[in-house]
Amino acid sequence: METVNIKINGMPVEAPKGSTILEAAKLAHIDIPTLCFLKDINEIGACRICVVEVKGARSLVAACMYPIAEGMEIITNSHKVLDSRRKTLELILSDHDRKCLSCVRSGNCELQKLCNDLKVENEYLYDGERTHYELDNTSAHMVRDNNKCILCRRCSAVCDKVQGIGVIGANERGFDTNISCAFDMGLGDTSCVSCGQCIAVCPTGALLEKDYTDEVFAALADPDKYVVVQTAPAVRAALGEAFGLPIGTNVQGKMVAALRRLGFEKVFDTDFSADLTIMEEANELIDRISNGGVLPMITSCSPGWIKYCEHYYPDMIPNLSTCKSPQQMFGAITKTYYAEKMGIDPAKIVMVSVMPCTAKKFEIGREDQSAAGVPDVDISITTRELARMIERVGLNFLSLPDEDFDDPLGRSTGAAVIFGATGGVMEAALRTAVETLTGEELANLDFKEVRGTKGIKEAVYNVAGMDVNVAVASGLSNARKLLDDVKSGKANYHFIEVMGCPGGCVNGGGQPQQPGVVRNFTDIRALRAKALYDIDANMPHRKSHDNPSIKMLYSEYLERPGSHKAHHILHTTYVERSVNKSFK
Amino acid sequence: MGMQNSTVPFAGTREQEAALLEVISEHKDDRGALMPILQKAQEIYGYLPIEVQTIISDEMNIPLEKIYGIVTFYSQFSLNPKGKFNISVCLGTACYVKGSGDIFNKLQELLGVDDGGCTADGKFSLESCRCIGACGLAPVLTVNEDVYGKLGVDDIEGILKKYE
Repeated sequence: METVNIKINGMPVEAPKGSTILEAAKLAHIDIPTLCFLKDINEIGACRICVVEVKGARSLVAACMYPIAEGMEIITNSHKVLDSRRKTLELILSDHDRKCLSCVRSGNCELQKLCNDLKVENEYLYDGERTHYELDNTSAHMVRDNNKCILCRRCSAVCDKVQGIGVIGANERGFDTNISCAFDMGLGDTSCVSCGQCIAVCPTGALLEKDYTDEVFAALADPDKYVVVQTAPAVRAALGEAFGLPIGTNVQGKMVAALRRLGFEKVFDTDFSADLTIMEEANELIDRISNGGVLPMITSCSPGWIKYCEHYYPDMIPNLSTCKSPQQMFGAITKTYYAEKMGIDPAKIVMVSVMPCTAKKFEIGREDQSAAGVPDVDISITTRELARMIERVGLNFLSLPDEDFDDPLGRSTGAAVIFGATGGVMEAALRTAVETLTGEELANLDFKEVRGTKGIKEAVYNVAGMDVNVAVASGLSNARKLLDDVKSGKANYHFIEVMGCPGGCVNGGGQPQQPGVVRNFTDIRALRAKALYDIDANMPHRKSHDNPSIKMLYSEYLERPGSHKAHHILHTTYVERSVNKSFK
Repeated sequence: MGMQNSTVPFAGTREQEAALLEVISEHKDDRGALMPILQKAQEIYGYLPIEVQTIISDEMNIPLEKIYGIVTFYSQFSLNPKGKFNISVCLGTACYVKGSGDIFNKLQELLGVDDGGCTADGKFSLESCRCIGACGLAPVLTVNEDVYGKLGVDDIEGILKKYE
């Protein structure tokens, strides 16, 4: 690799050619602060927090964008630099809602941390005119509070570039500039798919999920309710981050212990219904392939992806698997099979889900998601909300013992836990579909070609004499590329997995927020996914059809995958939506 | 929260839409086509309401928000039609110190529209402008081509009456 030699604060540094000052400084153990910068996503050099001195340059330069050159001398710590950064912060604060005490991001707000680090002493220094915005509460999953927005544009960049949706962006100009939807529409009136990637990258409390923790506490306190919780695979790979553990720490045992101590009647695992999804989905795939059904079949686990498909590719709705998502299957089975088995009135059951996802909040309100005549899932909270509940009741998370999920709906396989990473559903489905089609046991359960954080992955597997073409996409702009290729006939697949968020659920919009300074230098998707693949590798059962609870469910209740009863309880329908409201 | 669209009902014609679609098909594949298309669209319709921006968004596969962001950024674009009588109040320095701000507020109150707005009957539109070079007459407003100077807040109702 070609390198150049520069000096940072008088110290010689050798860094790869083409690096930015920010990257070169990282090699010299200096974290230059950033605010608007998100690598590959929002490289606009706008906020001026990362300014440094470059010898010979006319003014301070933005380290996030400025490329290094041979012999360059850079100062990152001069009075001029630090004073400029502080002044920038003071000016941001002059039009910022400074109610830090009640702000959900207090403690992990990037703006707050910078103000502390750079010794901002008076948040009212420039106490001039302020903008005032109404909250946008119109969507099912989130609240936008522009009073806390610092106009970094990370949210609109991720919405536009990563997801290819672009329903929020900068409107008006100058002092009136604000991030909003076209014509001041509420987010709920747009083609927003509820993925929550904007929340994941927001440095402040301007974007947050709709918080349902009070509703969960109220249900737990109600003696007439039977409150059951399910936790998605990806939650265990990230919840620990909210308590200071390294990214990619599996905290399944402590999470179960915490939920039990919060007072849930039963602590179950969405992994169980992930296995169930595989049973139904593999059956559906085999049926479509053998009976000339619509192909490629596309997975339906990700509610952000489903809503995206309904808005942007309504003609491909017949390609979507009719399987409900694991969250919804779990609620449906709890309120039918489990309620009957235990003699509980399904109307008394409160099904709470803990999800890495914000679109799940939208999904629980969808049509055709109430197998027992009551909603399959009552409340869906994010990983972050669970962390807040644990904090609120004073549970010392790190010292909790490791506990196991309850039976029978807490039992799962390795195939289920990898649902949380891109390619995981594909791999799990292949493990079951291949064994079903060949009638033989697979020698190797690892379908490595569909693993990893690449946006689009393709593979061909020869199964029982037939080539099965598969593709995996994560992040909706990748999904768009893949679908356009399918529609134009350029690509031909039997089975496609799509996850709305880049990297899959581990990087969902409901996961603990990692600041830009971490995101820019760490692939959090890969670290969290590794935790799931490690769990998979060590599970006694690694194929969904080997799950003893699944076998019991089919023999006692559902008969077989795709049965009439299974269809009624576990499958659903979709609706056509448009991108823009029609004025025709 | 709600759609902040023009108060004047949209009255676009088939001919206007055909002209717009023609412009879009001409420029569709050009780099940076959006600006010229928006300019032409404003020529065709006189302004760029949600109905027009939606046609452009649908035809060009560009998010409506991106178009709206551009339209609200550049002052050359308007979300509202001009009324039969366009009232322009100078808020430049000289007029402003002579109280044109109060005159502007009074007009907003009497007409029930904000800066750049148009009354629902399409009669009056209101806009603020900067210096029109008649500082000696400050504070100044114009109604179409008519200039009114040395104004006080109490003169406004009388001026509007002339156009009833």
